[in-house]
Amino acid sequence: MDLFAVILVEILYSIASLILISAGLAVVFGMMKVINLAHGEFMMLGGYATIVAVNQGINVFIAMLVIAPITVGLIGLVVERLVIRHLYGRLVDTMLATWGISLLFIGLATMIFGNTTTGISTPISGFPVGAYQINGYNFFIILVAMVLVLGLYIVLKLTRLGLIARGAMQRADMSAALGYSPSRIYMATFFCGAALSGLAGAVLAPLVGLVPTSGGAYIAKAFITVIAGGPSLISGLASSAGLFGVTSQVFAFSISPMAGEIALLVAAVVLLRLMPQGITGRFFKGKV
Amino acid sequence: MIVNRRQLLAGTSALAAAGLVRPAFAAGDTIKVGSILDTSGIFDAYGKPMDMALRLAVKEINAAGGLLGKQLEVIAYDTQSDMALYTQYGQQLTRQDKVDVVHGGILSASREAIRQTMRKTRTPYFYNVLYEGGVCDRNIFINGVTPAQQVEALVPYAMGKSGKKVYILAADYNYGQITARWIQKFVTDNGGEVVGMDFLPLDVSDFGATIAKVQTAAPDLVIAPLVGGAHLSFFRQWAAAGMKDKIALASTTLGVGNEHKVLTAEEGDGIMVAYNYSQDLETPANADFKGRWAEEYGDANAIHEIAVSNYQGVHTWAEAVRKAGTTERGALIEAMESGIAIDGPSGRIAVDPNTHHAVLDVHIMEFENQKMKVIETLTQRQPIDTQSVCDLSANPDDNTQYEIQI
Repeated sequence: MDLFAVILVEILYSIASLILISAGLAVVFGMMKVINLAHGEFMMLGGYATIVAVNQGINVFIAMLVIAPITVGLIGLVVERLVIRHLYGRLVDTMLATWGISLLFIGLATMIFGNTTTGISTPISGFPVGAYQINGYNFFIILVAMVLVLGLYIVLKLTRLGLIARGAMQRADMSAALGYSPSRIYMATFFCGAALSGLAGAVLAPLVGLVPTSGGAYIAKAFITVIAGGPSLISGLASSAGLFGVTSQVFAFSISPMAGEIALLVAAVVLLRLMPQGITGRFFKGKV
Repeated sequence: MIVNRRQLLAGTSALAAAGLVRPAFAAGDTIKVGSILDTSGIFDAYGKPMDMALRLAVKEINAAGGLLGKQLEVIAYDTQSDMALYTQYGQQLTRQDKVDVVHGGILSASREAIRQTMRKTRTPYFYNVLYEGGVCDRNIFINGVTPAQQVEALVPYAMGKSGKKVYILAADYNYGQITARWIQKFVTDNGGEVVGMDFLPLDVSDFGATIAKVQTAAPDLVIAPLVGGAHLSFFRQWAAAGMKDKIALASTTLGVGNEHKVLTAEEGDGIMVAYNYSQDLETPANADFKGRWAEEYGDANAIHEIAVSNYQGVHTWAEAVRKAGTTERGALIEAMESGIAIDGPSGRIAVDPNTHHAVLDVHIMEFENQKMKVIETLTQRQPIDTQSVCDLSANPDDNTQYEIQI
């Protein structure tokens, strides 16, 4: 029974971390069709922003939930204005450009922070569940992911802002004709996407040893989750993160962590063979 | 990269020209020390301090009048953490610069990339890094600690402090696999039992499932030869789950890259390790060494295990040159095999003539307040893993890296 509870928490945590890792990319790639290969580096920068802020004596939760997303969002804004905005609609070109940006960020982070592992310790301590110990921080990550999904849903579905954004993504010309500047909307959306990446990097920072090349570890999982999710942003994200989270953790528990990683990739390949448009290409059609 | 014939010609002729210029001023009145290290790129955290250590050692030797009445000249190449460049610069060092000795290589892959070049060109090669053991080649000298030396010391101590049930979490490549086998052997030899073993790919950074799985096996001790930045997360998540006070933890790798300064005191305190060197080794030789390092580079924070190995490698070679009275390969190897030893910052380092590995002190340490506090020193441990497969005096033409069977 204790073990069951522990496994359940681990599975939920795994789903939550996939949602966090992928949310920023889902906004930038899913909505704007920009293949952002610098997504992992945005997360890495979020992590460093948190560590710098904490070392300056700022409360760790403020650093993670406020400072890191805003910092990375602003960096994203600069990137969008300087590079990405010239490349909308050119899928392959954005890939090349953002790859260059990712290398630039890795180089800059190495120059500033050095090529060594840094980190902060987790602000929430573990507690026992029966005979087992559970990482208390897992619950925080699950909470953040839930709030994130809920928040995204509310913004996109129930606010005028969300309506405008979704409209502009579908038909930029029509939204322009109705008086909304697509360029502005793209800019704001990219800011949000980058901020979400920064948030993810920040929230995961206390669990990992951060190096300037850390971003590479996230990028593959993020793309797999977003692409398998399909066209609908939120339901796609939640369903594919759920599927992959359960698959990888079940295999990790019953066989080994290696088997968990393999199971995730196999599940992704099989899924995309059966549903080339992703999960929401077949189910939940037309949902957000 | 695609190189056409014209570029290749231009490149090689430029290289040849560079090769022609150098002897003009070198003219045989210096001894050339070749160095080949990753001082940029992802392994520079290892390589930069190693480079600093080599230059410090050479400077000391020169200040004391050089060797055989000649000054030493360092010819160093930065391999930029790119294994392909090792082959190229290895050729350049031996065939164009014609150095008298080569010190360097960090990862096992980089060592294997240049080892045969060194052997063919008859250039003595010093690989001054802790590694998985088993290299048997009369042209190479290795002074890093090998898994058996570490594990032999660490396992009984850690089991004595915790209990007999051990869980192994190792990095999933040759170093982790081989070290895990040694841990298994010494756990059984000491009357213990391995209750579980997991191998983790180098990029895994989420250990939630692993930590829960370890708990289901309920060991007294976890031994973790984990490697690199992603694996550092394990120690962090272990502490975050509150496991630190429940199950004891030991590692054969944590601290080599000064990781104990990255983990906070709450995360690190109590983790048991065993190495040849610690900055916190309280010996006059180490205090003196740190002083000289600080004088040269400002502070002594960068020093780590393999930087000290590199420093000691250069001094061991210098000692052999003094003894042989020449830098010529045959005489040098004989001098090295004569049971030569130096006293370095990490203690006494002697060359084992049969394996060309090192007989050295192993210090058992515990993390305490972001330092590695020395608990116990085991003096002059033999490289028993390599000794079990390699005998260069019986078989001088051997040229293999043995996989050690346990």
